[in-house]
Amino acid sequence: MKDRDGLMKALPWISSPILVVLLLAVWQLAVSAFGVSEFILPPPLEVWRSLVDLVSGSAVWADVWVTLYEVIIGFVIALVVGMVFGAILGRMVWLERAVQPAIVAFQVIPKVAFIPIFVIWFGFGTTSKIIMAAILAFFPIMLNVMLGVRSVDRGHRDVMRSLGASRWATFKSLDLPSTLPYVFAGAEVAIVFAVIGAIVGEYLGGSEGLGHLVVASLNALDAPQLFAVIVLLAVMGSLLYLVVTTAKRLVIPWHESVGRR
Amino acid sequence: MTGSHSAGTTTAAGAATADRAAGTVRPQLNLTGVNKVYEGRRGETVALSDVNLSIARGEFISLVGRSGCGKTTLLRILSGLLTPTSGVVEADGQNIWRNGKRNDEAFQQFGVVFQEANLFPWYTVAENISLPLKLRGVGKKARLARASELCQLVGLPGFEKAYPGELSGGMRQRAAIARALSYDPTILLMDEPFGALDALTRDKMNLELQSIHAQAGATVVFVTHSISEAVFLADRVVLLTPRPGRIRSITPVPLERPRSLETETSADFQRIVRELRRELDEED
Repeated sequence: MKDRDGLMKALPWISSPILVVLLLAVWQLAVSAFGVSEFILPPPLEVWRSLVDLVSGSAVWADVWVTLYEVIIGFVIALVVGMVFGAILGRMVWLERAVQPAIVAFQVIPKVAFIPIFVIWFGFGTTSKIIMAAILAFFPIMLNVMLGVRSVDRGHRDVMRSLGASRWATFKSLDLPSTLPYVFAGAEVAIVFAVIGAIVGEYLGGSEGLGHLVVASLNALDAPQLFAVIVLLAVMGSLLYLVVTTAKRLVIPWHESVGRR
Repeated sequence: MTGSHSAGTTTAAGAATADRAAGTVRPQLNLTGVNKVYEGRRGETVALSDVNLSIARGEFISLVGRSGCGKTTLLRILSGLLTPTSGVVEADGQNIWRNGKRNDEAFQQFGVVFQEANLFPWYTVAENISLPLKLRGVGKKARLARASELCQLVGLPGFEKAYPGELSGGMRQRAAIARALSYDPTILLMDEPFGALDALTRDKMNLELQSIHAQAGATVVFVTHSISEAVFLADRVVLLTPRPGRIRSITPVPLERPRSLETETSADFQRIVRELRRELDEED
């Protein structure tokens, strides 16, 4: 039984490298055996060489920082504003009812369609991308916090009331800790959305960031570099997600979504 | 409050009963003409109707009745979680409701144990147990010392640093009792605290509760739907009947303390249980 548990824990560490190798093998096979054009699908080794070239040069790091900056600032804005709005709407049921149609309407609009407008309003700089990242990240956080504020256990509330706890003490000992798992559930989705917002923003306007580098590679018909930038984006997204889940493990180690044992 | 204290210095149940008979001591808990009406979509439901009850210091009262007879409502009114529609609830002569607001000073001496343990999953057992002390501004060191003392008392030694998610149902309920005892309340209100436990654990918890009651000298109001459990623990058993919830009878239990599991086989015990059961059956 113990051995099996250990195996289950180690499984992703064994399976993931195998999957990566398998993907690379199929990729290489597609290029060399079926003669897919190198403009459509460059061989893995070519992409690797391009990636090494990129990261050993200094130009790409400026783009990495720009994108990272947009994502993080946008995410933090979404986190703060989303928590405040979520807490208010969670508490005031009448207000939530009043603005719910507006929220739904805004939610179903493909928000990336606003990017040209933001470019007109805020220019081609980082501001329009930060706003896009923040808007995409805002909804999952707000909706989760709203749910979290409402799902405080009634029995737990009775305990605090029977102890004559003050509002502040109840917030600190009950409302905040029982809402935190919802904040993190929202943040895990939001960080991914923030990356999407920043990248799509860079696609459509501007002269810096990894999204812009993707477009520049496309215009230069440099397929290996295009793939290399996508790899960079994947690594960046994974690392940001890892930061959020690590924060979750540290802040709410007691929660069931954190597998302690 | 000091006046009533000097009048009845002893906290033993027997002495309190004697004092009550002599009419010298003011009861610690007093309900006068308590009514509770719920306003629902289908009109009014009378949950409690004209409940009058005096409970002496150190006394152990069991509230029994069928489900829906208002026993939980009565306990929630006592614990200040529900406002009575009319009537007066007094603790040590102080009205616990003033102009629709709870008199928090009077509530300082109340400890409540619910049907569910209601432990906070983000706190360790020790932090859960000492939460009431934290709210009262007791320092961390003193809190944790008290928590491990209580872990001993309720039979959870060594579990101070465990999280509630790692405990069994019975252990959680014991931690909840320890939490209610942490600030030495003089009045303990318990709403079917052992309802979810198996029979063996329940017997054990009843014995423990009896010794805690004897040691701490607290007044206890204990809600249960088990007649034998009620008789085993109580000085007096209050029988409630439903629709509307009202007190049908109050039965004294003059069995000697401490009571053991053998008490349940004694003729006196069985006679009292039989009488109460017959009264319950007569309702139909």
